[in-house]
Amino acid sequence: MAETKIHAYYDDDDVLMHAVKKVKAARHHIEEVYCPFPVHGLDKAMGLAPTRIAITSFMYGCLGLAVAVVMMNYIMIEDWPMNIGGKPSFSYIENMPAFVPIMFEMTVFFAAHLMVITFYLRSKLWPFKEAENPDVRTTDAHFVMEVEVHNNEDELKELLLDTGAVELNIIKKRH
Amino acid sequence: MASHYEAPIRKPLVLGDKGYHDVSVDIAAPVEGRANKHWWIVFSISLAALLWGIGAIVYTISTGIGTWGLNKTVNWAWDITNFVWWVGIGHAGTLISAVLLLFRQKWRMAINRSAEAMTIFSVIQAGLFPIIHMGRPWLAYWVVPIPNQFGSLWVNFNSPLLWDVFAISTYLSVSLVFWWTGLLPDFGMIRDRAVKPFQKKIYGLVSFGWTGRAKDWQRFEEVSLVLAGLATPLVLSVHTIVSFDFATSVIPGWHTTIFPPYFVAGAIFSGFAMVQTLLIIMRKVCNLEAYITVQHIELMNIVIMITGSIVGCAYITELFIAWYSGVEYEQYAFLNRATGPYWWAYLLMMSCNVVSPQIMWFKKIRTSIMVSFIISIVVNVGMWFERFVIIVTSLHRDYLPSSWTMFSPTFVDIGIFIGTIGFFFVLFLLYARTFPVIAQAEVKSILKSSGERYKSLRAAGKPMYAIRKDGVVRETFIDDEETAVEAEAPSGATPAFNLLNTLGSFDASSQTPDKLQKVKGIGPLMEKTLNKLGIFSFLQISKMTDKEYNLLDELTGSFPGRAQRDDWAGQARMLLNTDK
Repeated sequence: MAETKIHAYYDDDDVLMHAVKKVKAARHHIEEVYCPFPVHGLDKAMGLAPTRIAITSFMYGCLGLAVAVVMMNYIMIEDWPMNIGGKPSFSYIENMPAFVPIMFEMTVFFAAHLMVITFYLRSKLWPFKEAENPDVRTTDAHFVMEVEVHNNEDELKELLLDTGAVELNIIKKRH
Repeated sequence: MASHYEAPIRKPLVLGDKGYHDVSVDIAAPVEGRANKHWWIVFSISLAALLWGIGAIVYTISTGIGTWGLNKTVNWAWDITNFVWWVGIGHAGTLISAVLLLFRQKWRMAINRSAEAMTIFSVIQAGLFPIIHMGRPWLAYWVVPIPNQFGSLWVNFNSPLLWDVFAISTYLSVSLVFWWTGLLPDFGMIRDRAVKPFQKKIYGLVSFGWTGRAKDWQRFEEVSLVLAGLATPLVLSVHTIVSFDFATSVIPGWHTTIFPPYFVAGAIFSGFAMVQTLLIIMRKVCNLEAYITVQHIELMNIVIMITGSIVGCAYITELFIAWYSGVEYEQYAFLNRATGPYWWAYLLMMSCNVVSPQIMWFKKIRTSIMVSFIISIVVNVGMWFERFVIIVTSLHRDYLPSSWTMFSPTFVDIGIFIGTIGFFFVLFLLYARTFPVIAQAEVKSILKSSGERYKSLRAAGKPMYAIRKDGVVRETFIDDEETAVEAEAPSGATPAFNLLNTLGSFDASSQTPDKLQKVKGIGPLMEKTLNKLGIFSFLQISKMTDKEYNLLDELTGSFPGRAQRDDWAGQARMLLNTDK
């Protein structure tokens, strides 16, 4: 962590977007932005990589489908094939139409739950987790941009005030 | 931003001069305030109904299913009617939050949270009925495919009843995580507003430490979209499978291929009606008229009208196909349905579900809150009778005229049904007092495009925001032990500035000042002094500790030690909780 960082407070999403673009144009690194609600286009403006969480969901869905097929093949075909209504269970593929609903449900179950668990772990969300937003106002109506200072405090201060920050908090590490 | 543009012809979805902070205040108000008398009355009635239901369930389980009105001809009636009715109601929540999200309908944001809550609560009620009907509910886990002591006795994956188990448990659990994930930022908002340590702790716990980083929001939006994409086919599959419970059997009146789409339409129809019933009350009780507007009610009425018409088409198609099939059993089933001893139930179903929503074609009627409320109740009743008609009239006159009979519920049947209604309202009322009932983060994100304040600014050609260049600068020092110490502001620092740093500032444009004189020890003079220092609210005073008291003494110079003795902070905390 740098010795000094600046928290710049904004009270409007449009002002924030302009500020992010300006700070990026001045070639400063934006450490983090805390927002009370999703601001569309902010991730792109900040230069965040796109999220891959939808891809994981697809893979979890494939896993769920595989689990359903393996489970029902074992239970209905291999372990105890039953003759139900004159339709014996000797082959999975021939009996497959009856298994489609559960194949679908298991796919959805795995895709949804494992994706949400992945999201919670990646974004550090679980019960008893302490919130890390720097100010209680960031869940209400304020946005906080965190920028690290590398011997350019005055220049940064001026830039951030110029972008319309309503408040700057300069956080220094004391030894 | 260009993305904030919305055509001026679209009516605002958030009425009044609301900014971002106002949304937080309005949504948090029911949670932070106290329950009024009406809430307690309705809650007590619901609780009494629930207790009666528990009594009826205990009697059923301890004595046996024989306490119900079922007989050897009508062996499946009241419980399955209630099951299908509750599951159907549980469909609107996901429909609103998932399907309307995929279609980017912004009006969903005012109602999705409560609709999802309703979904979860009603699916819980639905799940109770099959479990009770098992007779030995402690063996309910036998529906799960687990290795067991009976040798290879597995569940039957060819049975629609087992598909139902999988479909409904998937639906309940996926709806729950969808709902909870959406709640995290809103719980975070309430957590950060909470004053009392207990509330702060509880909302901190349920918000899972939501922080709101840009990356979190990016993932949040992606997760919401993917969950919506998954939940849409899921919700259609659930009621399709419920309809398979009937459609795969060989009972005339049940064995029809139209059942899946017809059940799904009916589910959406009844679900929207229940959302309408709940929200018309809630918007009034929780003062949310600015968010759940007449336009929302109108749009829901249009959905009710359309799905009601689909259901009506299905009824008529059934009749036509029964005649066209040439199968006399099928023909008799429908003839008996409409003209047999249960003609009154059929008539009730037809008039409530098909005829009554048609009056929504008139704009005056679908924008009338009173009429909407009445229609929503009528539709709920009608949809209950639809299931009753399908189930009972198809069974009570079977292939063997000597076993023809009628069904009449016992007080136990009725007691369990009333109990589930009580349970549902107990859950919903508790929800309305403790949860953010509107997805406030989402509403904030559409405020600039669809809020009345910003719409009128845009119409007047005024800017939606201003870049101010007069921000304040303050400094904070972090010791190596990670304890933050507020330091004096660099230029022109005053003790007053430090005071506000810890107490939080007061924004006169968006908040209303409290009557500080209510705190014992604060007179008119002291109130003025405090206001001069920038202290206007109980919230600020409640955060005072010895350090702030000393600072205050230093600043005012009058009555040293007074604030400690009177415990201003403690008093302010009490006032905060009672004064809302």
